[in-house]
Amino acid sequence: MRRFATDERCFSSDLGHSAHLVSSSGAAASSAMGSTQSPPLTFDSINPKVLKCEYAVRGEIVSHAQRLQQELQTKPGSYPFDEILYCNIGNPQSLGQQPVTFFREVLALCDHPSILDKSEAHALFSSDAIARARQILDLIPGRATGAYSHSQGIKGLRDAIAAGIAARDGFPANADDIFLTDGASPAVHMMMQLLIRSEKDGILCPIPQYPLYSASIALHGGSLVPYYLDEAAGWGLEISVVKKQLEDARSKGIAVRAIVVINPGNPTGQVLAEGNQREIVQFCKKEGLVLLADEVYQENIYVENKKFNSFKKIARSMGYGEKDLSLVSFQSVSKGYYGECGKRGGYMEITGFSADVREQIYKLASVNLCSNISGQILASLVMNTPKVGDESYESFTAEKNGILSSLARRAKALEDAFNSLEGVTCNKAEGAMYLFPRLHLPQKAIEAANAVNAAPDAFYARRLLDATGIVVVPGSGFGQVPGTWHFRCTILPQENKIPAIIARLKAFHESFLGEFRD
Amino acid sequence: MSPRPLDYESLNENVKKVAYAVRGELYLRASELQKEGKKIIFTNVGNPHALGQKPLTFPRQVVALCQAPFLLDDPNVGLLFPADAIARAKHYLSMTSGGLGAYSDSRGLPGIRKEVADFIERRDGYPSDPELIFLTDGASKGVMQMLNTIIRNEKDGILVPVPQYPLYSATISLYGGSLVPYYLEEEANWGLDFYNIRQSVAVARSKGITVRAMVIINPGNPTGQCLSEANIRELLKFCFQENLVLLADEVYQQNIYQDERPFISARKILFDMGPPISKEVQLVSFHTVSKGYWGECGQRGGYFEMTNLPPQTVDEIYKVASVSLSPNVPGQIFLGLMVNPPKPGDISHLKFVVESKAVLESLRRRAHIMTDGFNSCRNVVCNFTEGAMYSFPQICLPPKAIEAAKKVGKAPDVFYCLKLLEATGISTVPGSGFGQKEGVFHLRTTILPAEEEMPAIMASFKKFNDEFMEQYEDCRGYSRM
Repeated sequence: MRRFATDERCFSSDLGHSAHLVSSSGAAASSAMGSTQSPPLTFDSINPKVLKCEYAVRGEIVSHAQRLQQELQTKPGSYPFDEILYCNIGNPQSLGQQPVTFFREVLALCDHPSILDKSEAHALFSSDAIARARQILDLIPGRATGAYSHSQGIKGLRDAIAAGIAARDGFPANADDIFLTDGASPAVHMMMQLLIRSEKDGILCPIPQYPLYSASIALHGGSLVPYYLDEAAGWGLEISVVKKQLEDARSKGIAVRAIVVINPGNPTGQVLAEGNQREIVQFCKKEGLVLLADEVYQENIYVENKKFNSFKKIARSMGYGEKDLSLVSFQSVSKGYYGECGKRGGYMEITGFSADVREQIYKLASVNLCSNISGQILASLVMNTPKVGDESYESFTAEKNGILSSLARRAKALEDAFNSLEGVTCNKAEGAMYLFPRLHLPQKAIEAANAVNAAPDAFYARRLLDATGIVVVPGSGFGQVPGTWHFRCTILPQENKIPAIIARLKAFHESFLGEFRD
Repeated sequence: MSPRPLDYESLNENVKKVAYAVRGELYLRASELQKEGKKIIFTNVGNPHALGQKPLTFPRQVVALCQAPFLLDDPNVGLLFPADAIARAKHYLSMTSGGLGAYSDSRGLPGIRKEVADFIERRDGYPSDPELIFLTDGASKGVMQMLNTIIRNEKDGILVPVPQYPLYSATISLYGGSLVPYYLEEEANWGLDFYNIRQSVAVARSKGITVRAMVIINPGNPTGQCLSEANIRELLKFCFQENLVLLADEVYQQNIYQDERPFISARKILFDMGPPISKEVQLVSFHTVSKGYWGECGQRGGYFEMTNLPPQTVDEIYKVASVSLSPNVPGQIFLGLMVNPPKPGDISHLKFVVESKAVLESLRRRAHIMTDGFNSCRNVVCNFTEGAMYSFPQICLPPKAIEAAKKVGKAPDVFYCLKLLEATGISTVPGSGFGQKEGVFHLRTTILPAEEEMPAIMASFKKFNDEFMEQYEDCRGYSRM
C-alpha cells in the first residue's frame, strides 16, 4: 500500500479546515477533524426529503403508548388500565386473529419440503395442503425456496395469480403484468419513483388518505394534490371536486401525473359505487393520468348493498383496453380475512404501459433482486383458495366466514358506539378495517390543545390513551378538512373485548366533555 | 394515439440512469435461450440454492413450525421435528405478538435484535445496542435506506470501490447522488491504494462535490479480497480525517477461503482504535442471511447496525422504516437462527455443524478449482477468490475482438460474454457491470455450481476461450500457469 507524504498539504478538507492529515504515526490523528466539525451524518445533513416525510400510523402517540406499556410491565397498577390496546394499525393477528390454517399448512410444507416425502406428514397435514405444496414446489426451479426468484416473482405463481384475477373479474390477466413485492407498500414506492421527476410533479390523493401516499410522495420529492372526500355523503368521491383540484394544480404549474384511489377506503372505509368508478376511469383517460388503484381491502366488505369491483374490471367492461388506460392495481396478503401482515406479500398488476416503460419497471425491481418467496407463495394462495370438494374447503370457508362476519359485527358495534357519544359522528365502515369518527370538540378543549401546541385531535387521542390504554391515530395523520377533527380506530380487537372497550371509551368521553364543557 | 400519461420520455430521469447488470442484458439473453430449451448455467448472481446447495435443516424445521403453530400442539409433531427445533420455534413465537402474521416493530422484533447484538458482542468483544440494529428485507433494502438518508442532491458524493457490486452505483443513480470511484489494485490482489483514494476525493471536491460516505465491501464483491486489520485501520483513519460515514458491507463475512486474513469487522477495529476515532467515526455495518453458508437469498433477511449516529438521525431512519411497517417476520427468524445457531449439546448441533462445514469446505475447494481453471486459459489472469462467492478473471481481449465488438455495437466484455453464453450456456456478468479500469476487461462468475460439475464447466469455458482467442488473436497470448 502506498503511503503519501508530501502530497498531504494538497488535500484540504471541504470544510475549509486547514489540512492536517495524518502522517504514518497516530499522533496527528488526534488533532485532526473530530471535535471541531460536525460528523458527516447529522440531523442537519440528512436528505431533506426524509425530514419532510411523516407517517403517523407509527408516530408519536404510538411511541408514547410503548412507553406506557413498558411501565405497565415494570409497575403494574400504575395506570387505570391493565393493557395497551393498539387500535392504531391494521395488524389483525397482533390482536388475536388466527391465520387461515390451509395457508399456513402449505407455507410450512414449502419451508421444509423434505417432510413431504415422509409418511408421517399425512398425520400432521391435510392432503390438499400436501398436494398444493407439491404443486407449488414444482413451479419453483429446483424446488429451491431459498433461491432468489425472477425479479417479478416466480412465473408459475404469477400464472396462478393471473388466473385468480381473471376468475374474479371475468376479464383476462397476464402473468407478465404482475410484479410480486414485499407487501403492497414497496410497489407503491416504485410507482412514485417512476412518476415523480421533481416537486413540479403532482399526485392526486384522497383526503383523508392512508399516509403511505403522502410519505412516499414527500420521500420522492413530489407534490401531493389533495381531493377531499365528502364526509356528509358517506365519504363519497365527487368527480367535479377532483377535476377542480386537478385544474387548480395545473394552473400553479404542477404536472399532475396520477391519481390514487383507495377502494375500499382507508381510513374512511367507503366502497365506491360502480358509477363512481366509471367516472374515475373516464376522467383518467381524458386527463392523461395513471390510475393507482389501492385495492388491498378488496375482501373486506361489510355491507350487503355494495360489492368490490376492481378498476381493471370496470375499465374492461367499459371497453377500455391497454391503449385507453394506464392502470396499476395493488393487492396485499396483509388484509382481507387472511391478515398476514408479517409475511410481506403483495403485488401490483400493471396494464396500459409501453414496453420501454415496463422495461424500466423491471429494471427497478431487479435491483432488489426479488421479494421474499414465502410471501410470493402466500399471494398465490390468497388469489387461488381451496375449491368445493377439496379436503380443506369446508374448514377454510368456515374460518373465512367466521373472520369476515366478526369483522362486520365489530365494525357495526364500534360505529354505533361512536355515534352514541355526544359530539361525535361516525360514518359507517362499509369496508376495510377502520372507523374514522369526527369529533365536534368544545371550544375549551381546542384552546387547551392549542395551549400545549397540540392539534385538538392529537390532544384528545393522547388523553384517551392515558385514561384507557386505547391507541388511536389522530385524524391529522390522514388529512382532513381544515378545522375538522377525527381519529382513526381499527375494528380489530377481539370481539369479546369490544364491550369493555366501548364502555371505557364512553366513560372517558363523558369525563373529557365534563372537563372541557363550554 | 395521444401520448400515454407515463411514457419513456416522462419517466423520472434518475430511474433511466440506473444500471444493474446482474440481471441485465446477459441474464435476459440467457433466460431467452433457456426458454428455447438450451441448458443454461446461471452464474450471474450469488444464489447458492439455485445451483443445488441445500438449505440447512434446522432453520427450515424451526420456521416451518413457526408458520404452522398448531403443529406444536399436535401429539405427532415429534415424528417429524426434533425437540430443539420445537423449543426454538416456541422461543421465537413468544417474541412476537401474534406469530409470523403480525407486523413486528418497524426495526424488527426486539428479541431478535437482541440476539443479533449478542452475536456481534461475541464476534467482536464489544457490546452492541439492539436499539441501533434495524432488521430489513435483505441487506439491499438497508443499503438503499442509508444512501437515501445521506444523499441530498447530485452534489453529494459516495466513495465506492471499483469494481463494485452494482447495487451501490444503481442506488446512487436512483437517489440522484454522485459516485466517487476508488480503484482497487488488481496487480496487488485487488488491494487498496490510498493515494488513488485521496486523489479521487480531491478531484470530486474540486468539482464541488461533498464526499459524504465511503463504501467498503469486505470480503469484496466481485473481487473477493479480504481486508487486513491494517487495511481497516487505515480506512477508519481516512474516514475520520475526511469526515465520511463508513458503510461496511460485510455480507460475506462467513465466506473466507484463506487463513491469512480471517474476517474482522470494521466495528471491532473501530473500537480497538480507541478515542477519538472510536467515538467520532460514523459507521453502518450490513449483514444478511443470503450469503455465508446459509445462502437463504429467497427469505430476504438482513440487518444494519449503526455506530456513532446521533439519536435524532436514528429517529429519522426509524421514521422512514416505519412507512414500510416492518421487515418480513420469517426472514427475521432466519436471521435470529443465523446469529444464534444450535450449540454443542443441542440435538441438532452435530447435523448443523456437518451441513455447514460441508458447504464452506466445498466453497473453498471450488474457489481454488475456478481460479486455477481460469489461470490455465489463454489470455486469462485471475486473482484468487479469498472470500465471497465470485471469481472475476481478467480477459485480455485481442484488438480484433474489440473491433468485432464495436462493429455489433457491444462493449467488448459484453461481446465476449454473449459468445461464451451462446457457446457453452454459461451465463456470467460482464466486468463493465461492476466497473473496471478503462481498456481492461473482466467477467464475474460465481463459484456456486455444484463441485462435481465444476471440472466440466471449466473445461467448457477453456475450450470456448482458447478457441475465441485463436480466432481473434494477433498478439501472443499468455496464461499464468
